[in-house]
Amino acid sequence: MATQNTKTLARVMMAPSVILLLIWMIVPLAMTLYYSFQNYNLLTPMNVSFAGFFNYQYFYTDPAFFQSIWNTLVLVLGVLAITVIGGIAIALLIDQPIFGQGIVRILVISPFFVMPPVAALIWKNMIMHPGYGVLADLAQFFGAQPIDWFAQYPLLSVIIIVAWQWLPFATLILLTALQSLDGEQKEAAEMDGANAVQRFIHLTLPHLSRAITVVILIQTIFLLGVYAEILVTTNGGPGYASTNLTFLIYRTARLGYDVGGGAAGGIIAVVLANIVAFFLMRAVGKNLDK
Amino acid sequence: MARKVTTGARIGWTIAAWVVALLIFFPILYALITSFKTEQEAIAGFSLIPSGTFENYITVEEQRDYFTPFMNSVILSVGSTILALIVALPAAWAMAFAPTKRTKDILMWMLSTKMMPSVAVLLPIFIIFRNLGLLDTRIGLTVMLMLINLPIVVWMLYTYFREIPGEILEAARMDGAGIWQEIVYVLAPMGVPGIASTLLLNVILAWNEAFWTIQLTTTNAAPLTAFIASFSSPQGLFWAKLSAASTMAIAPILILGWFSQKQLVRGLTFGAVK
Repeated sequence: MATQNTKTLARVMMAPSVILLLIWMIVPLAMTLYYSFQNYNLLTPMNVSFAGFFNYQYFYTDPAFFQSIWNTLVLVLGVLAITVIGGIAIALLIDQPIFGQGIVRILVISPFFVMPPVAALIWKNMIMHPGYGVLADLAQFFGAQPIDWFAQYPLLSVIIIVAWQWLPFATLILLTALQSLDGEQKEAAEMDGANAVQRFIHLTLPHLSRAITVVILIQTIFLLGVYAEILVTTNGGPGYASTNLTFLIYRTARLGYDVGGGAAGGIIAVVLANIVAFFLMRAVGKNLDK
Repeated sequence: MARKVTTGARIGWTIAAWVVALLIFFPILYALITSFKTEQEAIAGFSLIPSGTFENYITVEEQRDYFTPFMNSVILSVGSTILALIVALPAAWAMAFAPTKRTKDILMWMLSTKMMPSVAVLLPIFIIFRNLGLLDTRIGLTVMLMLINLPIVVWMLYTYFREIPGEILEAARMDGAGIWQEIVYVLAPMGVPGIASTLLLNVILAWNEAFWTIQLTTTNAAPLTAFIASFSSPQGLFWAKLSAASTMAIAPILILGWFSQKQLVRGLTFGAVK
């Protein structure tokens, strides 16, 4: 089917996408790499000089750097844990014979379509606000002291908001996978006397493994880049308590006008993302080839 | 699945599912309710019954010029998606119908560009945009969002096109159809549902994109994401007005999203889960 003619045509048809993505990938990244070895501050654009590894050293020895790496890790793993476990539970629940399944699905999926600044501001002002939030009202109703979420538990607060946004995604994908599980298999297992827990561990969970890997892979890519939720709630604080790597680089680059430092941080972020991607792809690869 | 379930169990499951669903939906519902309250009511403690004022919506439009960011959101999300479709369609087509040994590698490579952290290229993009005078322009941001979503668009189209059986093409060719006739009369009609799904999902993704839209705009080209983010450091109390702005910002995409559940699963899992 693929003659020389169609092969050439196919190449021409792919060219625009490939070239655009190549440029998009190489040019900015090369610039970041170049800037990372320069002393370059946007406030003094005349004084640009070669910096060697100073920017890396500067970024690497900054105590905020390690805290931001740690925060990134806690944020990603925390949200993954909540969304995967919660997603499985909710997907199993919706998969039961319930009345109004369609509407329940719509309600559960909705947070995914809420843009990050809106999601974060709703939670910040109307749910978690220590004076006027719903949680504060609830605490007062029970006679408890309201929690000042963003001051006392800044990172946890961000985790809760981001988990709320991604829980629908995990649920929807796991539900889709769940509904493709063969009903006859379930019945057979039931007749063999397997109880609900056994059926879940030996039948449902293996069936979901592929969907779970996909959820983890895709969410990790997006969760490494969490930004707007932090910007409108804690702004990274107090101190650096809720600053992830993305936010730290943003802070260095845009608020500190430090092009060199921001670029060095950017390169570190790329390296870390690649390490994560490598392990994820390897772990997922096996699962996806099935 | 023809399992017999007692009515009692069914009612039990139903109540549990609805409670969970309403809890998850609650923040959105509460923002909607608050948008119809006065500012005094909004901070007067928990209440699900607003006085029903439309004042907040009017104030948001009059004082903050809501219509401009709204239109920017529409232009940016639809514009970038259409641009991405124009670039991606031929590529997806070629990869689905004339695959070579390298097709899979190219697809994986395209996907890997999504893994590059946006913040790593923030400065170069910012400086390029500044030097080209593209900061805070709709055209600059449209191109940006197009590049961000291009890999997903190619992947989605590819997974849809791959499902069109090759025999149909061969039959058309036997009947003497040329390549363009093949495309116009056979492939295009069969590809429409896939293209529509891709369009829908990518408009949603572009509408909600909140890194580049905030970084590269100030006022002129600022879409709703940047507009709402500017509410984070308010003057005085503003719960009800924020709720009104939020409701308007998410309502259109929420409704679109409800219709796109299936496409969402497919598009965001790159065909791995159907």
